[in-house]
Amino acid sequence: MSRLPRLRGRWSLPVVIVVLALAAGAVFWSRSGGDPAPVPTRDAVIDVPAGPDSTESVQIDTTLYLPQQTPAPAVLLPHGFGGSKNSVKTQAEELARRGFVVLAYSARGFGRSTGQIALNSLDYEVRDAQKLLDWLATRPEVQTDGPGDPRVGVTGASYGGALSLLLAGVDQRVDTLVPVITYNDLSQALLPNSAALDQTDGATPSPNAFSADGVFKKSWAGIFFSAGLTSIDASGPTGEAVEAGQTEAVNAPATPAPGSGQGRQPTPALGACGRFTPEVCAAYTEVATTGKASPRTLDLLRRSSPVQVADKITKPTMLVQGEQDTLFGLDQADATAQQISKAGGKVKVVWYSGGHDGGSPGTQLRGQISDWLWFHLTGKGTDPGTGFEYAVQGAFRSSGAPSLRTVVAPSYPGLNGGSPTERRDVPLSSREQLIVNPAGGNPAAVSSLPGLGGALSRSSSISSRLSLDLPGQAAVFTSDPLTSQLLVTGSSSVRLKVANAPGQKATDAVLFVKLYDVGTDGVRTLPGSAVAPVRVALRPDGSPTEVTVTLPGAVRPVESEHKLAVVVSTTDQAFANAEQPAAYQVSVASGLSVPVVAGVNVTEGVPVAALWGIGISLAVLVLAGVIAFFRRRLAHDEDPSLASVPLVIEGLTKSYPGGLIAVKDLSFRVEHGQVLGLLGPNGAGKTTTLRMLMGLIHPTEGHIRVFGHKVLPGAPVLARIGSFVEGSGFLPHLSGAANLKLYWAATGRPLDEAHLEEALEIAGLGDAVHRRVKTYSQGMRQRLAIAQAMLGLPDLLVLDEPTNGLDPPQIHQMREVLRRYAAAGRTVLVSSHLLAEVEQTCTHVVVMHKGKLVAAGEVADIAAGGGEATFRVDKPEDAVKVLQSLDGVHEVHVSDGAVHAAMNGVPRSAALSALVTAGIAVDQAGPRKRLEDAFLELVGGE
Amino acid sequence: MNEHDVHTDPGALKDLTEATRQTHFEVSEDGSPAGYKASRTLRLRVELARQIRRRRTQLVLGFLVLLPFILVVSFELGQSNPNRRSGGFVDLATASGINFVVLTLFVSGSFLLPMIVALFFGDTIASEASWSSLKYLLAAPVPRHRLLRQKAISSGILSVFALALLPAVALAVGVSWYGAGEMVSPTGEAAPFGDGVIGVALAVCYISINLFWVAGLALFLSVSTDAPLGAVGGTVLVSIVSQILDQITALEDLRNYLPTHYAMAWADLLSTDIDWSEMTKGACSALIYGGVFTLLAARRFVRKDITS
Repeated sequence: MSRLPRLRGRWSLPVVIVVLALAAGAVFWSRSGGDPAPVPTRDAVIDVPAGPDSTESVQIDTTLYLPQQTPAPAVLLPHGFGGSKNSVKTQAEELARRGFVVLAYSARGFGRSTGQIALNSLDYEVRDAQKLLDWLATRPEVQTDGPGDPRVGVTGASYGGALSLLLAGVDQRVDTLVPVITYNDLSQALLPNSAALDQTDGATPSPNAFSADGVFKKSWAGIFFSAGLTSIDASGPTGEAVEAGQTEAVNAPATPAPGSGQGRQPTPALGACGRFTPEVCAAYTEVATTGKASPRTLDLLRRSSPVQVADKITKPTMLVQGEQDTLFGLDQADATAQQISKAGGKVKVVWYSGGHDGGSPGTQLRGQISDWLWFHLTGKGTDPGTGFEYAVQGAFRSSGAPSLRTVVAPSYPGLNGGSPTERRDVPLSSREQLIVNPAGGNPAAVSSLPGLGGALSRSSSISSRLSLDLPGQAAVFTSDPLTSQLLVTGSSSVRLKVANAPGQKATDAVLFVKLYDVGTDGVRTLPGSAVAPVRVALRPDGSPTEVTVTLPGAVRPVESEHKLAVVVSTTDQAFANAEQPAAYQVSVASGLSVPVVAGVNVTEGVPVAALWGIGISLAVLVLAGVIAFFRRRLAHDEDPSLASVPLVIEGLTKSYPGGLIAVKDLSFRVEHGQVLGLLGPNGAGKTTTLRMLMGLIHPTEGHIRVFGHKVLPGAPVLARIGSFVEGSGFLPHLSGAANLKLYWAATGRPLDEAHLEEALEIAGLGDAVHRRVKTYSQGMRQRLAIAQAMLGLPDLLVLDEPTNGLDPPQIHQMREVLRRYAAAGRTVLVSSHLLAEVEQTCTHVVVMHKGKLVAAGEVADIAAGGGEATFRVDKPEDAVKVLQSLDGVHEVHVSDGAVHAAMNGVPRSAALSALVTAGIAVDQAGPRKRLEDAFLELVGGE
Repeated sequence: MNEHDVHTDPGALKDLTEATRQTHFEVSEDGSPAGYKASRTLRLRVELARQIRRRRTQLVLGFLVLLPFILVVSFELGQSNPNRRSGGFVDLATASGINFVVLTLFVSGSFLLPMIVALFFGDTIASEASWSSLKYLLAAPVPRHRLLRQKAISSGILSVFALALLPAVALAVGVSWYGAGEMVSPTGEAAPFGDGVIGVALAVCYISINLFWVAGLALFLSVSTDAPLGAVGGTVLVSIVSQILDQITALEDLRNYLPTHYAMAWADLLSTDIDWSEMTKGACSALIYGGVFTLLAARRFVRKDITS
């Protein structure tokens, strides 16, 4: 309790800072806690025509998410294949919190919507979406650009992303779009062929030949198709991709959206085609059974592909594609970007670390998507620009997550007549190699495990090392070790020569080409786990066919001393391999051409708050220093009238919390040339007084003046005091001499003022002065400490029990030293609990007991009672009367059967005769021995 | 040498008396002898001499010189996979001399470096108190704020020296064992040797700033206790607790307020395009914590009753 007023009285900066810091912490704490407010939603079922010429209708199940402020621009949010409107709930809520009206819906054939899946057909799904735009335009919550034209953006992943492109291609009402991990041409995604006869490299970073007659990507196609059968979102990524700056892996698979399986119909009733339209079902059956696509099937796939209409998109488009995606690779987004750019649309391309194999966009990327939509729908915020961003995955994992950085280039190279992508040539060994295709295409090499989901497929480190090439089936072409790091950014290309092995008559060859990063220890890494399947027509005469193979797009930093290896394999588990046994001669026609896109690492914006924090804390520190400086300046207090008095103590009190009073109202003076003894038993407050005199302890009340200057902690006048209080204090690892030298150096005074030699001689330690202090005896330390106190020949020498621990001859010498020192014009203050000590050493004495002054004066005076006399008489009461009647005698009182009186110049003999005359028997008369009395009483009383 | 040789020669007494009689100091206005100036007390040179001659200082610095050699020997003993170019700091350590320095900083960053700073700052006042020499310094008089400041500065000089010594020795050792090749960062970037050296130098600067909170806390505990072990140990304990809490992901953003949260932010310097944001936040956090503790230390020390 006693501290409170002190705090209030001495307003202190640190306290304020701590309070502010705690308050700020509490604010942040309360802010970080608690869930955000729920987003209001409206469910509605919207009827759309079942087909282009149909009078029947299909019911589309929708949910409208509303922001806090309406009217607001809208975002149409289609879902991925196998999902429903519930699978985009999280993103819908995020967008609604951002301020958009969000319309999520289950596409026809999914969730609770009726109808059949036509694979994003321009005639079905795209028309449905147009109807939804009509509906949005009628909603009062939605901002409009004109009658029937809502202000709307479209974003979606995979199947939903393709719909956004298709819709924007046919409907000018779409104001901006963000397609995520989606395809440009479904026929090329499912039946890719990356070989081209011509030599063009392509100006963009990740082109693909997109040649006809592709190789069926059977495992992904199967997963895709079965997702439509069962309405289970098996094709979509199962978690979020790791983002730059993230230290922990978000490995927990996204919790299944509530009700995602609700719309599942009893499967048996649907038959083998599930909810697909018969046309789609037939096309899949054809490809899956034969491994080849008829023109009709290709036509159906193209009809569902953005490649049809993307060249009509003129609205700002942000293309997000995944680097871990064996289903829709970087080449698909590359093709879309080229189309939109040609049409005049603004394109920003983002390659993130996820994909169908690596996870859906994380929080940062979703935030970037909503920033894009916000800017292009409201015109507010900063322009996201049309740059090109790609994520580079490093190897460091502090707690399971690979470290990532994002690199930004000013634009996607090769678009709109911009400068083409820089390509580096890496020579490869060109030895011709023979490879064999086993009958039935089995056993097959392993490159990726599509759709496995879970930890394995998302952990690029595992899956990219999982790849397996079978001996005899793979030709390997290796580069020399690189001399410096090469950051592969996109599709490398290589020109291969393929021919039938002698005696073989195959008409075409199905090959799988991949690019490995080979470490110095031989460990091979397949970036993105991706392979480039090619179908090469072979010449019947056995001469080689030259083809340019565009390898799968990837981002991979290949370190110096690593090698690049191109592997040409005849089989791959994920594809429909050639059934017929065959053997091919493969060689490299020219080296590898590796795309490199220079950019700068994305850095977070300058944390303004942190900069302010730095500035403010520096300012506070400086301010505190300045305030303390001026406070010290003002504290100086001098009384010139006392300038020649070595020590004046007035009303000195020191009390501690808890009621202990060490010194109470102590006042005395020490004059020049005195040797003053401070006498008192242990615990009398002597040491506390001396500590206050040295400025070590703050007095509770009263003050001490030394030569007129008030003693405060560190007051300059303390330099005139030499002190030894309560034991020595030396650095144990240094010698006695070094200790004294360093002590004097610490005072900052010139060495010639120290009189070090004289002081050391007084200590008289002989050779021991060069030994470490920790080897000293108690007495030696004591002598050294007294010598230290005498350094600089101080005007006032304060010694606390200086003779403790000294033997009698040494005590005698010490007395001599003190007497002579005072006689030479200095003042000495000695404390002791021994009366004899004080009587023999001191000229003056102050007696203390229990913190109070008991007596003060010259030793002789006090010893003589200061003119007081004591009479032992038979009748004390009468004696008092007699003595009081004498002129000048006063303070007459009785104690212990004796009568004491202050004689005040009256001779004791006169008093004696007066007493005798009055008939009082005097047993004893003499000076009052007050010092001894008092002291004995005190010591005895302890 | 025994007690009997310890005696005061009568001649010495005469000398003293003579010197005393002849010596009379001029007195300045503030009451001190003319030779005394508060601003000259406990100069850095003196305080550093007091500290450097201590065994603990010499041992700490010696250990820092030794540590890189210990690491090299352990890599030599356990190496199965020389000159790796991928993986974390440890895997990358032998890629080049610079990577070795980075590893050295990485392994010592969480415990050793905070402990050294805690030792220099936590011990500085508490040990004087435990030797009882503090009261004589204060009565000399070295003004309290100045004593604290000089001791803090000299502890700071020793700490920065120690923080620079370790990577310097590690660089020499690393270059002689693993060569002056490209530095490979954990994010897969490669940088020339010269850039790596600059990066490491900046990292040392950042670590010095970031450990300011340790310095402040150690100083505060140092003026609060007479037991040097309490001050040093207490500081290290707080640092460990903070690191433990930092591991608890459930705390989410609250961890940003832990003083050790940004301790490893210097790793951002190993990139070609340096992201300063984490380091700025780390510097801010360290300055606020360090500043508050330093002010508390100053306040407590100036108001404290010295009873040791």
